[in-house]
Amino acid sequence: MWLIMTALAAVITTAIWYIKAPEGKYKLGLLSLIFWGATLMWFVDHVMAYLAEGGEFFELNLDATLLGLSVIIFALIIWEIALLRDDPRGVLKRMKKGE
Amino acid sequence: MACFLVPAGEAIVTTVVQKVVDNREKKAGGEKTKKTGLSWSRRLSWLNKLLWGGTILLALEHVWHGEVVPWPPFLTATENLAEVPVMLHEMATIGVGMAIFVTIVWAIIVMIVELKAKATPEAKVKPISGGE
Repeated sequence: MWLIMTALAAVITTAIWYIKAPEGKYKLGLLSLIFWGATLMWFVDHVMAYLAEGGEFFELNLDATLLGLSVIIFALIIWEIALLRDDPRGVLKRMKKGE
Repeated sequence: MACFLVPAGEAIVTTVVQKVVDNREKKAGGEKTKKTGLSWSRRLSWLNKLLWGGTILLALEHVWHGEVVPWPPFLTATENLAEVPVMLHEMATIGVGMAIFVTIVWAIIVMIVELKAKATPEAKVKPISGGE
């Protein structure tokens, strides 16, 4: 389930990145590459596990869904940290100046 | 078990390579390839983001499944000697597979960017300046 959810997040963020391109102000490229990296790796993991052990390709249960949500939240936190570090709108700088 | 350590290792190497390439490009005066306008350090940054992003999210999944713990020896598979060969086998198969697959996808992305740039006429790439 986490593979499907991460892949969905990757597709959505890539679409938003494309709509906003070539402006990379909000680092959506970074977010989509984070999601794509995990999607590709889990895809290989799922395929190889399926070929070696068989069984269900996707785990569809509450635990797998919660893991998928946690993964998306974690990726968003990483992206927001990168965004706040670079502060493209200068919000933090303005706050420091007391505006 | 610890398959994400292989792409993590590749990510460390490619990050170092990107820094070296970036320094060389800066010394050469921000040299970019003529056709795409993209530097190799930028292209390598895409691979780094794919590898680090995947590694970090996979590490979270391993923590979730209790395969990685925040105390030594960190990998639960290493607590039992019988599980160590299984872990190494998984790293050699799934881990290497992940690293190769991500690198191939990145190479395809770079190739598409190159082909697109070649297909785009020079006049379209250059901004229009002044009248006719």
